[in-house]
Amino acid sequence: MTERKIRVLIAKPGLDGHDRGAKVVARALRDAGMEVIYTGLRQTPEMIAEAALQEDVDIVGLSILSGAHMTLVPRVLELLKANGQEQVKVFVGGIIPDEDVPHLKGIGVTGVYGPGAFTEVIAADIRKIVLG
Amino acid sequence: MTLSSSVLSGDRLALARLLTQVENGTPVGRRALDELFAHAGKAHRIGVTGAPGTGKSSLVNQLARYYRHPPDGADPCRVAVVAVDPTSPFTGGAILGDRVRMRDLAGDPGVFIRSMATRGSLGGLAAATTAVVQVFDAAGFDVILIETVGAGQAEVDIARLAHTTLVVEAPGLGDDIQALKAGILEIADVLVVNKSDQPGADTAERILRNMLELGHPVNSERIWLPPILCTVATEGRGVPDLAAAIIRHREFLQLTGGWQVRERFLLQAELETILHAALVARWREGISEEEYHRILTELVERRISPYQAVERLLS
Repeated sequence: MTERKIRVLIAKPGLDGHDRGAKVVARALRDAGMEVIYTGLRQTPEMIAEAALQEDVDIVGLSILSGAHMTLVPRVLELLKANGQEQVKVFVGGIIPDEDVPHLKGIGVTGVYGPGAFTEVIAADIRKIVLG
Repeated sequence: MTLSSSVLSGDRLALARLLTQVENGTPVGRRALDELFAHAGKAHRIGVTGAPGTGKSSLVNQLARYYRHPPDGADPCRVAVVAVDPTSPFTGGAILGDRVRMRDLAGDPGVFIRSMATRGSLGGLAAATTAVVQVFDAAGFDVILIETVGAGQAEVDIARLAHTTLVVEAPGLGDDIQALKAGILEIADVLVVNKSDQPGADTAERILRNMLELGHPVNSERIWLPPILCTVATEGRGVPDLAAAIIRHREFLQLTGGWQVRERFLLQAELETILHAALVARWREGISEEEYHRILTELVERRISPYQAVERLLS
């Protein structure tokens, strides 16, 4: 019972309704032995930060296909910090143009995964980031 | 400041972190539980169980909303939700998806939702659910809604944790023979036919009513007859009546002394669970890994029976 379980929040902020990618990642992380809290579509950054706090997760995965990532991602990071959860990591999946990736990583995003990314890689990255 | 004193002062981040410690059974969590125990014992623990897809999460969402916005101008209760989903027996992973139905509760500081995976327990709850509920109770939540995993027939652990147990049914799940069987229907203090706008709802209600009438004495005033409530959780239909039935059950328990009886029963159940685990752990310390596997091998080779193996292990 004392074994360390990785807890991941998978959330879809913003208004687009395509959650297949989020579900694929949630399923893959489940199969990698993690506890995945899935919150569903159309979450505001406030809802995501609140869920991350209540669930005391290690890492948050944001799936964004709407193009609003340059607004939504910094806002989630800001709210996590405001809640005292600066240790919680954030990764991003979806449709993210290459030129935006350095900026996202610069503000603290641990990984950006587009179409064709291997779920094994995502799981391995998370394990490395959380367990060190 | 210790974690438990931060929790008592209303610090939500400390509460979230303590729940993790408690769930993982760490020494920090254990110590905090000892410190918090005297502060618990005030909350009304309401269990919500039933088959997968009957609408448990949606009902929990609606009930929590109701307690946060009571229609009669009463003070809103502080509500905690503990939602349990199954752990994969193959990978140890889990999808905890009950929050999807509880979006209405977001942004309300009087609500705290925590998802838990069963981590190998089979009775519909996780081994640490009791302890997590204890922490919420001590933290001052008035109502604690405990949602079990989608339960079939025999997952009845919730009756050892809740004061009031709701068993949620939906139309089309079985005939009168299913309703006659022992198990989950026996633990219901309140029966709910959810999705009651769907075809077959009146049949489902009638089957449950017939089942109740077969078993209960008709002329006793001191016996609680589980009421049957019809709801449409996605729209909130029937929820005020359901909330009223839950309050009537609490009042019945308080009036008849049943509350104290249940408290004693719940604590005894918890004591015995912890005692079992502690005894096994203590015994395990006293026996070497080699010895254990030697006896296991003899068992596998059918040289001794399982009973003989246990006798050897305990001697």
